[in-house]
Amino acid sequence: MIRELHNKLISGEITAVDLTKKYLKTIEEKESEFGAYLTLMEESALKEAEIVDEKIKRGETIDLLAGIPGAIKDNICIAGVRTTAGSKILDNYIAPYDATVIKKLKSVDAIFLGKTNLDEFAMGSSTENSAYQKTKNPLDVTRVPGGSSGGSAASVAGGEAVFALGSDTGGSIRQPASFCGLVGLKPTYGRVSRYGLIAMASSFDQIGPFGTSVEDVAIVFSRLVGHDTMDATSAESGNNKPFEEYLTGDIKGLTIGVPKEYFSEKLDPRVRKVTDEALNRFKKLGANVKEISLSYSKYALPVYYIIVLSEVSSNLARFDGIKYGLSINDDENSSEETTTLLETYLDTRRIGFGEEVKRRIMLGTYVLSAGYYDAYYLKAQKVRALIKKDFENAFKDVDMIFSPTTPEPAFHFGEKVDDPLMMYLSDIYTVTANLAGVPALSFPMGTIQEDGKNLPIGGQLMGKWFDEETILRTADTFERSYNGEILEK
Amino acid sequence: MLTQEEVQHIALLARVGIREDEREKYQKSLSSVLDFFHELEMVDTGDVAPIGHITGSENRARADMFIDADQGEKDGIRKNVPEMQDGFVRVKSVF
Repeated sequence: MIRELHNKLISGEITAVDLTKKYLKTIEEKESEFGAYLTLMEESALKEAEIVDEKIKRGETIDLLAGIPGAIKDNICIAGVRTTAGSKILDNYIAPYDATVIKKLKSVDAIFLGKTNLDEFAMGSSTENSAYQKTKNPLDVTRVPGGSSGGSAASVAGGEAVFALGSDTGGSIRQPASFCGLVGLKPTYGRVSRYGLIAMASSFDQIGPFGTSVEDVAIVFSRLVGHDTMDATSAESGNNKPFEEYLTGDIKGLTIGVPKEYFSEKLDPRVRKVTDEALNRFKKLGANVKEISLSYSKYALPVYYIIVLSEVSSNLARFDGIKYGLSINDDENSSEETTTLLETYLDTRRIGFGEEVKRRIMLGTYVLSAGYYDAYYLKAQKVRALIKKDFENAFKDVDMIFSPTTPEPAFHFGEKVDDPLMMYLSDIYTVTANLAGVPALSFPMGTIQEDGKNLPIGGQLMGKWFDEETILRTADTFERSYNGEILEK
Repeated sequence: MLTQEEVQHIALLARVGIREDEREKYQKSLSSVLDFFHELEMVDTGDVAPIGHITGSENRARADMFIDADQGEKDGIRKNVPEMQDGFVRVKSVF
């Protein structure tokens, strides 16, 4: 879609201003139903679009992404724009600087339509934990869009943006992509700078793109990567060839691993059927399929949550009512006996944070406390090493690993929100990629019929560290074959 | 199962105020998540070294140089501060 729009822009068939207006109009018409955005940036978007039109008029070469309207998850800072992370504690926070990914997108003249809804501080799998609003799944508004990047996914699926940025700590890009019929990429840990992303769990968080096609995701991704002095965990990008140029439509001879642990008897037979069909398609396209074992993956969820909770309790200590955000400083709203600084902390955080956030901060504080550290955090980091070893062994024999992205299609509102453990289980297939640090992509692999509707479900490809090329190429080949553009053998 | 006193103590350590009538709710939900973690006791991690950085990146330091923020950024930071006095951030007394 991006390439097509780009061609129309440079040929003069459409202008960037008209394109932006078209998306703003869809937002105006659909937003009351979908609830994808928390803040709209109408004025600056049109200004940015005018600049692109002037450049085209002057005959300047513009980037593929120039003039293309996108949406940004509201835990990524844009200078001068309200950035809430979906929390009341940041209700009045105006970001003083641009995240590195925003600087990079601005440098290629991408357009920002607004900031999208998310579970508070990206903690959740349905966007129901947002302190602001519920976001609906545009494909069936009685269902959740997934989470935590549910607003970003809904904006693209609902035609309210061409692409969107999300963040993925345990599946927060891939799971909503699966639920909304989109492509979503979680890059290798370190591929994309986290500077300006409001941290949830720093050793897992990665920013990545949503799009309606693999090529769109590759185009946006190419413009996000690279080492950044502001993020010491970011990596050198290696080669400079844009990822969209790897999409050859040829996957002959590649080997796709299928972990036997992911296909237990408990797997929904409808999901199994779609997954088997996808594997058959890969085979027809010339790939080899091989069963592998990720024997420690059954421990992935407890390991993931122990580390997440620990990092959350540490990262969210900064929201203290002193430097920015909500500050409860009066005795009227206090439920504490003291009148010291401690009172400000306790009251601000009691009122400013939602329930799941408080629960995670307390759990993280507990598992890191003296006497429990070894049993929980240290133990989890050791099992994480074993999980990584599983992946290293698997990648000796296969080029990538395939599974469903989610154990089910989009669920209804309220189905899991009262039971944190149930909600955690929606991440069963996605968390291991974050634990191992490998790149992982979700793409629409088929549909499942429920209540007379065809609901999309995503397939997940996990690649070797820093080898996003192969999973993008494979998913693109699948997509083009699914659409009838490439013929199978 | 955690006791309600433990929940109250954790909340204080975490600097999260919770009301007395919320203690039971947190007691239940925190305990159920902690129970879920006990599975890990079954894994033998005898001589396994814990993960530091997942892609094996070593400590990296930037040049020890002062980088000044532009005025807009500085103003933006100050504007977000709930209470300021004479250019300083004002807080309640510590004791």
